[in-house]
Amino acid sequence: MQVRAENISKRYANMAALDDVSLTVGSGELVALLGPSGSGKTTLLRTIAGLEHPDAGAVYFNDRDASESRIQDRGVGFVFQHYALFKHMRVMDNIAFGLRARKTNKPSESEIKRRVMELLDLVQLSGLDHRFPSQLSGGQRQRVALARALAIEPSVLLLDEPFGALDARVRKDLRRWLREIHERTGHTTLFVTHDQEEALELADRVVVMNKGKIEQSATPDEIYDTPATPFVFSFIGESSVIPVQVGNGRATLDERMLDLEVGNLPDGPAQLYLRPEDVAMVTDGGPGIPGLVVSTRRIGGMRRVTIECGLARHRIEFDASAEVTIANSQRLQVRVIGGRVYGAGSEGYATEKLAASATSDFKWAKAEGWLDR
Amino acid sequence: MNSAKPRKMRQAIGEGRWTRLTLITIALVFLGLMLIAPLLVVFVEAFSRGVGVYIDALAMPDTMAALRLTLLVAAIAVPVNLVFGVAAAWAIAKFEFKGKAFLLTLIDLPFAVSPVVSGLIFVLLFGANSVLGPWLDGAGIKVLFAVPGIVLATIFITFPFIARELIPLMQQQGSSEEEAAVSLGAGGWRTFFQVTLPNVKWGLLYGVLLCNARAMGEFGAVTVVSGNIRGVTTTLPLHIEILYNDNKAAAAFAVASLLALLALVTLAVKTLLEARFANSLAAQRRH
Ligand SMILES: Nc1ncnc2c1ncn2[C@@H]1O[C@H](COP(=O)(O)OP(=O)(O)O)[C@@H](O)[C@H]1O
Ligand SMILES: [Mg+2]
Repeated sequence: MQVRAENISKRYANMAALDDVSLTVGSGELVALLGPSGSGKTTLLRTIAGLEHPDAGAVYFNDRDASESRIQDRGVGFVFQHYALFKHMRVMDNIAFGLRARKTNKPSESEIKRRVMELLDLVQLSGLDHRFPSQLSGGQRQRVALARALAIEPSVLLLDEPFGALDARVRKDLRRWLREIHERTGHTTLFVTHDQEEALELADRVVVMNKGKIEQSATPDEIYDTPATPFVFSFIGESSVIPVQVGNGRATLDERMLDLEVGNLPDGPAQLYLRPEDVAMVTDGGPGIPGLVVSTRRIGGMRRVTIECGLARHRIEFDASAEVTIANSQRLQVRVIGGRVYGAGSEGYATEKLAASATSDFKWAKAEGWLDR
Repeated sequence: MNSAKPRKMRQAIGEGRWTRLTLITIALVFLGLMLIAPLLVVFVEAFSRGVGVYIDALAMPDTMAALRLTLLVAAIAVPVNLVFGVAAAWAIAKFEFKGKAFLLTLIDLPFAVSPVVSGLIFVLLFGANSVLGPWLDGAGIKVLFAVPGIVLATIFITFPFIARELIPLMQQQGSSEEEAAVSLGAGGWRTFFQVTLPNVKWGLLYGVLLCNARAMGEFGAVTVVSGNIRGVTTTLPLHIEILYNDNKAAAAFAVASLLALLALVTLAVKTLLEARFANSLAAQRRH
């Protein structure tokens, strides 16, 4: 079942929770809706489920306008952020609820029981059918919620921050397990998350939302390699931002302390976005951007170093080998070996990826005292 | 885990032993003087002329009539308020609409207004000089100084009990379980009876108990609308007052002991429910 949301808008009081959002989830696709808290993810998910009425726009299930059918008949399996299990019912009655509520094609009680056991097996909770939700751990409740949603054989599965309330360890396990279930059952699935790692690892396609709008919709690789907007760039991983001036195909900062070739970006102010791996410390004595170390912290096998550069003390973060000792207030030089420049485009952003070759060539103004502040 | 908590709390509050003892003593003495002693007096006075007088007082035709009327009024008022209370609480807790704050205030009105005034409102509405009165008279329906008036006044007075009990409970629980039920294909009734109602059943029962106690014990509003026609429009509280004014103190207290007994039973059931209620609430909060 293909799901299409077209030009959905939804306002609360004077704030747009969704602003002309369009989204298509292909049949059998696993799509992640990624964005910070308050970006409208839940509102969009609820609108698709029919739990929320959009101010404008429509939702189509396989070209059928879903607003014509009641929520009950949409066949949407919804997994709520806080599970919303029926507290007073045992696990098996929770899962059986949807089957028992059927008006047509209601299976017999023994058939229902068989199906419940099957689902419990699928979500690896066999033997817990007589527990109450309060007697389960968070991860187990999450699985019951999923089994309950799957029981109605939904045409679409919607999950709101399915692992949001769980600890990191359980999350990783459940992530893999959800992927497996998706591969086995093949449901068209849309899940919400604010965790970029979760979205990139799990989904066929990631839809990044911000302030009620979709910033980019692409495969995890594309999202990471060619983030369409500064927001996507900074949301998808660690980043440093430096305002630059673009002119004649070059991005410069502070009278050419930084001077990078950026291809055909329009002239004017732009932003240089750098990931830690886009910056390298100069160890061979060659030219580099001078900076002052303000902090270091250990991240796994690397040391994350923060330096301040330029007259406005722009902060840049990069990773250095843990073996190199770097002290606070130490001066060092770095080289830009990647990154992305965002300038104003005709619509949205014009962006250029910096090629390592294009960026190795830069000059740095002889520091005129700015380093010795 | 639970048993360790109070000890810690006490330490945190850090009151000395004497402060604590003094406070507890004051509370107990006050309770004893103001609540328990009067209750005891009722029973002592009821039996002051012996068991024979007690039984005679209860067996009086007027007493039996008052008891029947009281039960009838409660049997109508409580179910009506059960339905309205649940509907109002549902509307307030689960929907957003204009005038919600006003509706909440309105529900509290019977608590805020003196019962006598509530009774007078009905006199104004249905009295001989009102708009409705003559019209109803013409139709042969007697409201004032008759059972319908008593029932209406009682419904008015006891309206807030069930709604007030349910609103905070339903608000706290939100509507996500109902949304889950609906998305799983359940219709409105199934959702209500299988999801909403079980989640509030203890609070609902508690509200019904309080509502019932008040419905049987209401004096002020009922006395205004009933006209105190002996054996016809006297409920138990009115009957007690009449006996007392007739200098039949022992009989009055004998009938009063019936009401007091009802209060004690209500309190006992309420205490049991609260223990039960607290557990199920705690279990829910563990979510
Ligand atoms: N029922 C509501 N009433 C008022 N504002 C709401 C309501 N639901 C959501 N919002 C607002 O809409 C915006 C988007 O919310 P939501 O869709 O829940 O974001 P997300 O799920 O991405 O965190 C938020 O700013 C939130 O405050
Ligand atoms: Mg949300």
